Amino acid sequence: MNSVIFRSSTQVLLPFMLTVSVVVLFRGHNEPGGGFVGGLLAASGFALHAMAFGYRSAQDTLRIDPRVLIGVGLFIAAGSGIPSLLVGEAYLQGLWITLEPYGFPEPLKVGTPLAFDVGVYLLVLGAAFLMVCTLEEYRHDADDGS
Amino acid sequence: MLVTLPILVPLLACAACLALWGRVRAQQVVAVATAALMVVVGVTLLHAVLTQGIQAAALGGWAAPYGVALVADPLGAVMVLLTAIVGLAVAVFSIGGTTEARWANGHAALMLAMLGAISGAFVSGDLFNIYVWFELMLLSSFVLLTLGGERAQLEGAIKYVTLNLLSSMVFLAGVGLVYASTGTLNLADLAIRLDAMDDAQRATALGAPLLVAFAIKAAAFPLYFWLPASYHTPPPVVSALFAGLLTKVGVYTLIRVTTLVFDQERALLADAVLLTAGLTMVSGVLGAMSQNDIRRILSFHIVSQIGYMLMGLGIALHAMPPGDPAVLPETAVLALSGAVFYIIHHIVVKTNLFLIAGAIQAERGTGDLERLGGMARTHPVLAGLFLFSALSLAGIPILSGFWAKVILVRAGLEEGTYLIVGVSLAVSLLTLFSMMKIWTRAFWGEPAEPRATPSAGAWARLVPIWFLASITLAIALGAPWVYEFATSAAQAALLPDAYIETVLPGPEVGVQPATPETGGRP
Repeated sequence: MNSVIFRSSTQVLLPFMLTVSVVVLFRGHNEPGGGFVGGLLAASGFALHAMAFGYRSAQDTLRIDPRVLIGVGLFIAAGSGIPSLLVGEAYLQGLWITLEPYGFPEPLKVGTPLAFDVGVYLLVLGAAFLMVCTLEEYRHDADDGS
Repeated sequence: MLVTLPILVPLLACAACLALWGRVRAQQVVAVATAALMVVVGVTLLHAVLTQGIQAAALGGWAAPYGVALVADPLGAVMVLLTAIVGLAVAVFSIGGTTEARWANGHAALMLAMLGAISGAFVSGDLFNIYVWFELMLLSSFVLLTLGGERAQLEGAIKYVTLNLLSSMVFLAGVGLVYASTGTLNLADLAIRLDAMDDAQRATALGAPLLVAFAIKAAAFPLYFWLPASYHTPPPVVSALFAGLLTKVGVYTLIRVTTLVFDQERALLADAVLLTAGLTMVSGVLGAMSQNDIRRILSFHIVSQIGYMLMGLGIALHAMPPGDPAVLPETAVLALSGAVFYIIHHIVVKTNLFLIAGAIQAERGTGDLERLGGMARTHPVLAGLFLFSALSLAGIPILSGFWAKVILVRAGLEEGTYLIVGVSLAVSLLTLFSMMKIWTRAFWGEPAEPRATPSAGAWARLVPIWFLASITLAIALGAPWVYEFATSAAQAALLPDAYIETVLPGPEVGVQPATPETGGRP
């Protein structure tokens, strides 16, 4: 889309959307949000970029092949259930440790469900972005052909 | 924890293959290594089930019936092992049997996702979870089917996906009805609650949509058209993977739910299953007669042989007395063990026949019987392997198919279901006719001109064929042991007390709520 307003606002919006997506990802365990929604938000940020600057530019901005992102995400998500297997619990059972980082007002609970959510985030980001790119690619080819 | 591995191993490997996107050689190594590891897992699981009893696990530590239960009884465990064996043969064959471009477009990841989904369906103890595995199976198989995007592929794939989506929809509707009526989807819990409901007709009505959905997946009469319409279109190695495993998931789930959950009106079910079995056998084998392409003939024979498996199930249901018997009737055990034996034999032989068809196609560039001939002179080893597998399939004495059919026929005679026995024997004869048709037209006669350059990787095509042929031989020579195992698998399926006990231990099952603090553990 050839519009200066759209392009300029996209440049502001993309980092903002990525930040929000990470916030949504991290608060997701006990509050609304999580890896799936976070991943979708991030992907929509990149989709916006693809609309404003073309999908090739969006691919360059993402830097990683979305397929690799899907693979890594699936690997982290599926692998996040393994630590509990190793300590003799059921697969995917949550293991939690409480950290008390210096300067934090309250103790921080970190666990394997976070890894699961991060995996889902990457997977959804990769998958949704790949769909956008593939559709854009088709449209691009169709435009070239005419 | 062992029960989760058949799903986890291929799923992680699938992720690894995606992460290694574009690196074909690395993906080939991952695919073959994973399939080999799956065989090890399968053997270990089967061994554990046979020595320590049924294995169960609750995902996430949420105890059944709240969480998703994974269960492996003898039948489920042997299916997992067979999945792994087929996976290994197909993964190796793929190196010499498919193009580099296919690998570069995700052949390995799709294949592993499909193997994981199939294993998942075999060990799942939860109705909705089975649905999820069915969907993953359908998605990955659909992409495997259409990868390459040739006209014939798309045409076959549309029929395939339409009927399979219909089946999924009916399945999901059935799951909804079951959940609305009973409030649970755990198979063991369902078995208890439906029996407690004391309304046999309602229970059977709830089961009806599920049985229809599974019958479509199993390619049973009348909705089997998707199978012969699509199985000959993708590269042979993909057909081999489908032929060996996909329909058997439908048969397995049919056996599972009719013996475990919907066992209130067995007499009614038995008649329906036997009728379907007979019609499936006949229509499959008649369809094969008019075909002229090796893989098309073999596809129709899958349909026909699904009939034999259903026949075993039908006779078993027919022989079971109403209610939960304390002692199993011998005929029921015999019939179901025949079905289990048949499935074990069929998966190995059928995959191998499709792989041989793939090897022929790689050497000659076609699977059309009109344009083949003289393969016995130019490829004597391949000819010998084909003859062995084809005769095993037809059930020539002492080969593996013979034992499976003997058990089924004997069970049928004991039970007095003479019609289905007669039909099965006639269909057997026609199967032999079809196999001989391939033999005389492709392997005898004057050699047609060979392909200018047979595609490379002949070793990768022959090794898996030998591998599966040796397993077929082992099933034939070790028939008493396979039969003994099939009997124990049939007993465990028909008398599912142990299954229910393992999934739902303790007397006050289903009353204590699971809490996040204890992770659902009592």
